[in-house]
Amino acid sequence: MDTRYKILILDDDPVILELYKEWLSQLPSKPEIHTSTNGARAMALLESEPFRVLICDLKMPKMDGLQVLSIVRRRFPELRTVVMTGVEDEEFRSRAYALGVDLFWLKPDTHQNMQMFLECLESLLGRDAASGFRGIQSKSLMDILQMECLSQSSTVFRITRGSTVGKIWILNGDLIDAETDGARGEAAFRRILEWKSGTFETLPSEADRERTITKSVNALLLETAQAIDETGMGIPGESAEEADHRKTVWRLAALTREGGEWVVTLPNEPQSTPEGWGTQSAGEFAAWMRYATEAVKNLGEKLEAGPWSHMQAQNLDRKLVMLPTKNKTCLVAWPISAEAAVIFEKSKKLVTSWDS
Amino acid sequence: MGLLNLFSKARPVLQRLPSGSLTVDREGHIVTTTVSSSYPEESLHEIADEILRLFQEARNAHLPLTEFRIHFASLHITAREARGGAIIFLSPAASAQT
Repeated sequence: MDTRYKILILDDDPVILELYKEWLSQLPSKPEIHTSTNGARAMALLESEPFRVLICDLKMPKMDGLQVLSIVRRRFPELRTVVMTGVEDEEFRSRAYALGVDLFWLKPDTHQNMQMFLECLESLLGRDAASGFRGIQSKSLMDILQMECLSQSSTVFRITRGSTVGKIWILNGDLIDAETDGARGEAAFRRILEWKSGTFETLPSEADRERTITKSVNALLLETAQAIDETGMGIPGESAEEADHRKTVWRLAALTREGGEWVVTLPNEPQSTPEGWGTQSAGEFAAWMRYATEAVKNLGEKLEAGPWSHMQAQNLDRKLVMLPTKNKTCLVAWPISAEAAVIFEKSKKLVTSWDS
Repeated sequence: MGLLNLFSKARPVLQRLPSGSLTVDREGHIVTTTVSSSYPEESLHEIADEILRLFQEARNAHLPLTEFRIHFASLHITAREARGGAIIFLSPAASAQT
């Protein structure tokens, strides 16, 4: 199978492009090298065929490197990006990383430096883009658990997904407990297994942890896998309407528990219908959210300030947090007395738990 | 070293992030600003217009705001409503993040 990856190099200087081309031809994986002297042509190339890595200069006429990276990040999220520049400035390094580049490298001036760059690039070319848990890519959480139990290990897994943390306790190959977001035991275990990705680490075992799970790990894994396959996360025999109602009650309870007032969510699709919990004005608020999301995104691109993480606002009655997620934008309202420093984290946690 | 000379050619200047504050009246005119004069005035006007519009759209949605703060990866924009206009603070976050 042909696994030759394609690299696109963007620099306004044709001499440098030739030089890079020669250097990169030394890479062990022998990638196909394409070049472009301007951002517009680079975009056209990226549209026309799949590239693995884009190497981009920063200082270029018309469309500079930060502008290119800002567009690339949005249009080609799978593309690995490398900045190769002569600009030795911390601000631009930070901004490039804020735009999601994988590597920021000063143009090499020694052979050793060039060798290091080539090694980094080779590693970037080979890195798997598949989903999985950081640390053990290409293995699902189910695989990892089975391996640990088969090897009769004693350990604690700590799994982080956004701001939500889950823990699974294994003692001498037996699954004994799980905990996440207020849930414990089998319920927590099932919830954690529904996570598709996250950060994963092992902690020292806790021999005196109280046992709450008595089923074998294989039985639980099978049950959970079947549930995920069948309905995503429904209860057997439950109608769609009942499931919807149960979800609404659960969400309102979570909102109240955190001390929030109301939430409006707006899916990313242009003609989508907003949903509101705890407010009758979801439609009106969503109109503002739609405008604000677009305006903030445009402002960020125009200023080359990187993606927006959230917006915090307030009026005389309440504090608000608007944050984008993968598929939608959420607006969460808090009482005016809520502490501004914590409502962003609380909103993030709430929205993550609603989605899981 | 020849390689070094190759990389040291003159290049266009990259635009820095704006830093400072500006006061805008309800018509969108910039009344005062502490943002460096090297930052394009046209871009400052674009920021000001967008901020005023965000306040206006919020009022239209019956969600009047007195203040908001937008968090970009490398810039924070804080805006306070001031009698139909706004006071806007632009704070690059890049140096603080590293």
